[in-house]
Amino acid sequence: MLAATVRLTRDIDLAEECVQDAYAQALTTWSHSGVPDRPSAWLTTVARRKALDELRRAVALRRRLPMLLIDEVEPPVKIGEFPDDRLRLIFTCCHPALNVDAQIALTLRLVCGLTTSEVARSFLISESTMAARITRAKKKIAAAGIPYRVPAASELPKRIDAVLAVVHLVFTAGHTAPSGSELVRRDLVERALDLTRMLRRLLPTDADVAGLLALIRLTDSRRATRTDAAGRLVLLEDQDRAQWDRDAIDEGIQLVREALRRRPPGRYALQAAIAAVHAEAPAWEATDWRELVALYDLLLTIWPSPVVALNRAVALGFRDGPAEGLAALDELGAEPALAGYGYLPAARADFLARLGRVAEAGSAYEEALLLTENASERDFLARRLERLREAWH
Amino acid sequence: MSQYLILIYEDEASYADATPEVWGQVSAAHAEFGEKYKASILGGNALQPTSTATSVRRDGADVTDAPFAETKEALGGYYLVEAADLDEAMSIAKDCPARFGGVELRPIMVFS
Repeated sequence: MLAATVRLTRDIDLAEECVQDAYAQALTTWSHSGVPDRPSAWLTTVARRKALDELRRAVALRRRLPMLLIDEVEPPVKIGEFPDDRLRLIFTCCHPALNVDAQIALTLRLVCGLTTSEVARSFLISESTMAARITRAKKKIAAAGIPYRVPAASELPKRIDAVLAVVHLVFTAGHTAPSGSELVRRDLVERALDLTRMLRRLLPTDADVAGLLALIRLTDSRRATRTDAAGRLVLLEDQDRAQWDRDAIDEGIQLVREALRRRPPGRYALQAAIAAVHAEAPAWEATDWRELVALYDLLLTIWPSPVVALNRAVALGFRDGPAEGLAALDELGAEPALAGYGYLPAARADFLARLGRVAEAGSAYEEALLLTENASERDFLARRLERLREAWH
Repeated sequence: MSQYLILIYEDEASYADATPEVWGQVSAAHAEFGEKYKASILGGNALQPTSTATSVRRDGADVTDAPFAETKEALGGYYLVEAADLDEAMSIAKDCPARFGGVELRPIMVFS
């Protein structure tokens, strides 16, 4: 509904105002005459009519209610209601002329319908900072003339990449919260899933969209087992696979197959295929490490990221043995992008411990602890270190 | 339609050292750009280097023989273009010659 109104006003603030007015009108009208058959259509019609009035009179935006109150009452746009408008809105929010932080904030605020304070909380920054970020982004959209439309076919693949990157960032921020006390921020994971499902409905043949949806479903299928009753991190190796979400896995695997049909396969499809290998293994011992190393090799050719190389080294260690894995990890030691990355010393510590090199493993865990901010992950590393010291003495 | 200013920021030292051949290529590139987008370009100029700049601050009370800010890549020229939206302006800006730097795109403010 917001999206449909923005198309008319080409001004997000004005559109929000009109949508808000329509809800206010609904409260009074519906209490007399009952709820109409198609309430969303009714609201959109009223909002657009109000937008037209505003445009005709060309009056400046009037603030009838404080911004906070508007935030409280404005509901999210329903998925699938006005698909073209929603798609336009996403492409506007994820326009490359906006920085990625602004893209994420705008997408959560305008496409997912989160309030400014919810968006702020999701990223652990103050509401006033987030409000300023969103205001600046909206102003830039209006002043710079960022268009409100689905990009032309020639630029579409690149622009879809930008949209998927934003959704993927929302998901990863939710799946492993960068800091804070909880490992998973459920709200962000749900938003990412909603957005990807919506993109899937809007772009049903896009292999990258299918790949990202598969990746999210497969990764999130392990949600119930990633922490124990006390909220402590449980490694993939120790998770109770009977509790994995089979529906999510089945859907994910079907989507992976579809996404992999495109040649060459995309980044999300390959990541999802990696998650699928784990999902299909009945037990940790039955994991197909050869397949995993092959998938990481393929992924590295299209996405040469040091983090992917790190994961490949770990898979290699499980395929060929901890000494080989350690050697592969040590090759990455000089990689500047991994210098502050806690997973590298954590992975080294694990292989060192498996090799019985307890003292070195201990200092690697200590290094990992210095570089890790998430409380669940810190607690996990501290427990590992403690167990190591007990075994040593 | 909206108007945008394409500000060309380049490394002046590279131009100072440029051979006549490089100058010829640069001017040919601008001629080609001007021809390709003649329907969109409303105006444009190259500027003398920042060594010729005079900065006048605080209502003329403070005059310095220098550019406003010393940067490696300095404003060296501009085009004023008309475009339907930022996407069209960006597609023009991408073709704008700036071999020793890049361009910045700024929407012209409209007072209503």
